[in-house]
Amino acid sequence: MRQFTITPVYRYLLLPLGQMLVFIVGSGVVLSVFIVSMAYLLRSTVTDFDLVQRTLLILPQVLLNGITIGFVYATIALGYTMVYGVLEFINFAHSEVFMVGGVVGVELLSYLEARGLLQDPAGPMPYVWITVAVLFAMVASGALATLIERVAYRPLRGAPRLVPLISAIGVSFFLQDAARFILSVTTGEFNVIIPVFGKFDDFVKIYQPASGAPFQVQIKSLMVIGAAVAMLMGLNYLVNGTKIGKAIRAVAQDRASASLMGINVNFIIGITFLIGGALGGAAGVLYALKFTRLDPFVGFFPGLKAFTAAVLGGIGNLTGALLGGLVLGLLESFGGTYLSIFTNGAFGAEYKDILAFAILILVLIFRPSGLLGKQVGQKA
Amino acid sequence: MTTSAGRNWRQTLGGWLNRGALPYALIFGVLILGTYQVYESPRSLMAFLILMSTPVLVYYLRVKTWFKVAMLVALAVGVIPVVGVRNIFYLEVVFQICVFAALALGLNIVVGFAGLLDLGYVAFYAVGAYSWAIFGSKQLSILHTVPGAAPASAPFALRPEWFWFFLFAGVALAGLTGLLLGLPVLRLKGDYLAIVTLGFGEVIRVLANNLDKPLNLTNGPQGITPIQRPPLPPAFIMQPVEAWLGALVGHPVTDAEMYNVFFYFMALAVILIVILVARRLDDSKLGRAWTAIREDETAAVAMGIPLVRAKLAAFAAGASFAGCMGVLLAANRTFVSPESFSFLQSIGVLTMVILGGVGSIPGVLVGAAVVVILNIQVLQSLSSYLSQLRQSDAVIPLINFPWKDLSTQLDPAKYQKFLFGIILVVMMIFRPAGIIPAERRKRELAREEPVEDETPAPPDKAKA
Repeated sequence: MRQFTITPVYRYLLLPLGQMLVFIVGSGVVLSVFIVSMAYLLRSTVTDFDLVQRTLLILPQVLLNGITIGFVYATIALGYTMVYGVLEFINFAHSEVFMVGGVVGVELLSYLEARGLLQDPAGPMPYVWITVAVLFAMVASGALATLIERVAYRPLRGAPRLVPLISAIGVSFFLQDAARFILSVTTGEFNVIIPVFGKFDDFVKIYQPASGAPFQVQIKSLMVIGAAVAMLMGLNYLVNGTKIGKAIRAVAQDRASASLMGINVNFIIGITFLIGGALGGAAGVLYALKFTRLDPFVGFFPGLKAFTAAVLGGIGNLTGALLGGLVLGLLESFGGTYLSIFTNGAFGAEYKDILAFAILILVLIFRPSGLLGKQVGQKA
Repeated sequence: MTTSAGRNWRQTLGGWLNRGALPYALIFGVLILGTYQVYESPRSLMAFLILMSTPVLVYYLRVKTWFKVAMLVALAVGVIPVVGVRNIFYLEVVFQICVFAALALGLNIVVGFAGLLDLGYVAFYAVGAYSWAIFGSKQLSILHTVPGAAPASAPFALRPEWFWFFLFAGVALAGLTGLLLGLPVLRLKGDYLAIVTLGFGEVIRVLANNLDKPLNLTNGPQGITPIQRPPLPPAFIMQPVEAWLGALVGHPVTDAEMYNVFFYFMALAVILIVILVARRLDDSKLGRAWTAIREDETAAVAMGIPLVRAKLAAFAAGASFAGCMGVLLAANRTFVSPESFSFLQSIGVLTMVILGGVGSIPGVLVGAAVVVILNIQVLQSLSSYLSQLRQSDAVIPLINFPWKDLSTQLDPAKYQKFLFGIILVVMMIFRPAGIIPAERRKRELAREEPVEDETPAPPDKAKA
């Protein structure tokens, strides 16, 4: 009898892809059904237009926006959740690692633009350059995250829980103003704007309904999603398919035993920060691609939401971070768009930040282990 | 961590300074010198530091209690109002120190006594400030107007005397907010609680920013102004007092200056009350329960401590002090805006607590003073120095870069985060107990053994 084995193709390619698809479709369908039924319920309150029709009209766009931003959140959330997995500590400075990655990538692109390398919009070159920028940002952010761990967290290993958290807040503040200082001295301006190049702003028509506007997607949204999916699958392979990944999981499970088994715990923790930081840096460039503008303080809200996403999915759980990111991105996109429509403009999109925190609080109260996390006792 | 060499050094210095009448002369001399310096120079940092070293000396030197009290009263009631009115900048600095010291003392109850990290502490401060801002301004009369479109003739909703009521209402309201927030989230432990309180702080700020529609409650990002001040108590407007003060400072005293003195005394009174309450709480049954919770939650529950009730009490106590200070600040500034209640402020207050010493009341006072002085005196003077350099033709040595071309974005006064960040990291790594550690905390963190000469254990083994 042949022993049943899972083939690598299935395990590292199809399984994560299928998971993502299920998550996207699942959360998208649930939220859409909820919103549409809300629209039916509230239909009578609005007289000057048909609420249901308007809701349905923008639904595909809202879904797409949510998925795009959800993948960005998921990529950042992985950094939080990996560090939490091995160290049981919230790496508050991760939002600044994300910011630094974005700024470094955008500055590289600006440099390339100044050298005249980004002028040709056609051909594969713009895609090559953006890939280079993402890789560069990954290297910079990974190095920064490892450095932070070495300087500010390692001396505090074993201290009471709140001590490294406070140190992390300090690092986060320090990095914000350090980035601002460097940008102000070198360029005189601390906002960085991604140069316009390639055809990323163009739309791809996906579906043309018989009447009305076509449903179309911006190329850059597709790029964000594609890059995030590629990285998430790479991470999945790294953690579940390699020796390093095995060591990371061992350290996360039991640091002392892992050390007894001959695993260099400090090295593995450093590697974890490197991977998490690199993902954060890549997310920074993707974020810049989507929102065009960055500043030294941009990391705060995406960082906090990514943390919320990590908790929502079950902190310490990589698949959970993906699910949490997607759900949060979709919720935010829905909340930001429909809250204003449903309340007739009384409560605008500004409240979407509150929505994320409300979700965080609700999750922590009713299901502290998150959607996918298993019930774990807190290590003291 | 205090090494034995450090202790010897301190003992030697202490023994040398505490001989005979020397400490008395020292304190008195520094007080007089500081007073003279501050009186003569309008914005000098050195002069102010000399004056402020008086309470530090009073704390460290061994003198009779009556002398300590006399010197502190002389400083707080006699010297500061006079030199403050003469050079109003100092009074502003002292007032800010008092405000932040009160806030830091409140946060100290939550973080230091009960061990709950609260990253959204200014939310309670905002609740207090907005409670008086909404009721003590014209805001209630213009609820239905768009921000900026309000007629100037709109009446005030309440008479200014209501301030005294709101001073207590702010305490109650902020305490209540603390309870309401605490009820759902206090089941969370450590770092989760920190993040949720952070989120709550941001929620309050976002609400303040956006509640200008559908009803114009907070006037949005522009903030509420003018807010009424309470009428000055008769003691401040009596002719002899004004004349006497005017003679001392060398110019007639205006009402605005009198208000500054009045608010300074108010802040001082609040601080005294907070210190009193905090000290009594720390030694009470509740305080012991907090310590037990901080050290080991499970053991505390096993000993029969009502966990949620004790935590709620800490949250509410800390919040109510912040609410009181918020009302006071709204009246003093006659203006509140969401900007004043950002995450940066929460971390600023936390920095004061951490720097001074978690759980240590004198430490927190010193921490507040140091951070405020760094923040509004050192950074500000660096800023003005830099702008002077920009106007000159000088160049930066070594790299030959003219100061003139330096970006105007580079303003040290705006680099508070830099300051807070470095303080937090450095304190956590090198001196987690703070400048003046709390007695109990000192033993716990450094694993100090009762035997003096034993080498302390390395800090990373202090607590697993």
